Amino acid sequence: MKALTDSLLELVRRTSCEIPEDVQNVMLKALDREAKLSNAEYAMKIIQKNVEMAKAKSQPICQDTGSILFFVKAPRWLFEGDFIAVAQEVVRTATKKGYLRQNSVDSLTGKNDGTNVGPGSPTIYFHQWDKDEVDVRLALKGGGCENVGAQYSLPDGRIKADRDLAGCRKAILDAVVQAQGKGCGPGILGVCIGGDRSTGYSYSKTQFLRKMDDTNPVPELAALEEEITSTANKLGIGPMGFGGHTTLLGTKICAINRLPASYFVSVSYMCWAFRRHGCTVGQDGNIKDWLY
Amino acid sequence: MITLKTPFTEENIRTLKQGDMVEITGTLFTGRDAVHKYLHDGGQLPEGLSLKGAIIYHCGPVVVEENGKWVVKAAGPTTSSREEPYQAEIIEKFGLRGVIGKGGMGDKTLQACSQHGAVYFHAIGGAAQVLAECIKEVKNVYFKDEFGSPEAIWELRVENFPVVVTMDSHGNSLHKDVLAQSQAALAKYL
Repeated sequence: MKALTDSLLELVRRTSCEIPEDVQNVMLKALDREAKLSNAEYAMKIIQKNVEMAKAKSQPICQDTGSILFFVKAPRWLFEGDFIAVAQEVVRTATKKGYLRQNSVDSLTGKNDGTNVGPGSPTIYFHQWDKDEVDVRLALKGGGCENVGAQYSLPDGRIKADRDLAGCRKAILDAVVQAQGKGCGPGILGVCIGGDRSTGYSYSKTQFLRKMDDTNPVPELAALEEEITSTANKLGIGPMGFGGHTTLLGTKICAINRLPASYFVSVSYMCWAFRRHGCTVGQDGNIKDWLY
Repeated sequence: MITLKTPFTEENIRTLKQGDMVEITGTLFTGRDAVHKYLHDGGQLPEGLSLKGAIIYHCGPVVVEENGKWVVKAAGPTTSSREEPYQAEIIEKFGLRGVIGKGGMGDKTLQACSQHGAVYFHAIGGAAQVLAECIKEVKNVYFKDEFGSPEAIWELRVENFPVVVTMDSHGNSLHKDVLAQSQAALAKYL
């Protein structure tokens, strides 16, 4: 397990300190779009400089190193309990090394034991698959952007949203306007249509594992993703809510089945400090490939 | 780009307008939830510390001790709206000339800025490394034992600390403007 421990520690370090290339590419395009000498350009330039500095210094991009979310696909030979034990040890070590802030608080006592390990932290989504390697992905999601996430139950009279894709569009755009710059925009939306209140939010977060430049295999959703990003960027909210052309860097939407009585639209907002990486790991515990 | 040196006077604060990009050189005092509630509820500043003409920075920095000195490792802004119930009174009572944070604040603070001559500066959320780099020295720390490290008042010497004036002392708020404009724009696209 020593090799797996080292591999996961490197995954945590890289995730906390380095923005993935696909995200960096869309951020550079956003910087180009903003008017010279505007507040928006100023914000995007500082963001770019921060990304470069964090990578060079191997220090966290943002001091809120966020909720620690592991998404694992495991072969038969990897027992879930073994993986959890390794992941917890890695989180403790990464916290001591400063890749993660002491960021996990007992909700009843308010105490922070400084380890980042406790009920619900780290969160591990563990599934098996029939390949012979482990696919492990990590997202670190800060509190500022988590706080502006929203879940809609359609129909919604306030925003006149019915139970159809047009209604979903209204709900998602409403979430963007409600968030303004508070989620540290420009942001990326992960959306799930359907499910129940818990699976809706869980699936919305799996959308952050998709590459920024991929295309949704479902044509209606692909069109909706494009349309949401393009409309959001006409609203003038801009980086940090300063006004400007880039409110969203992208939108990713999935749909899962729902009960006839329920129709949820769950919107998760990811800040510009989009920390997500992943790798495949062989049976020897060593990293085979980086995924982003 | 406007460069400003602390401490501020009412006169130089009144010249700032919404949207001004500013670099601050001088001293900042961090303060977040615990400090705001304490000062609002009648708590006194430690002997020798004055916030007259000063700036409070909504920030819980990551500070480590290296060779007997405090070093700031990460120091981005935290969400300011949590201090909305307290900020106006603290501006008035302690003579603050500015607040730095992220996300903006509400009408009560905006009014206090107008009345007493103060502004809200917006730092770039998440830019922990860039902002930590602007902090050249930790001059002092107060209330560390009482409130814990992130909630303490850290007295920091900064150089060219980049911010944008999003709420000025003349009743203007970029946050209010952008909200109104984006709501109007959305209505057009629905």
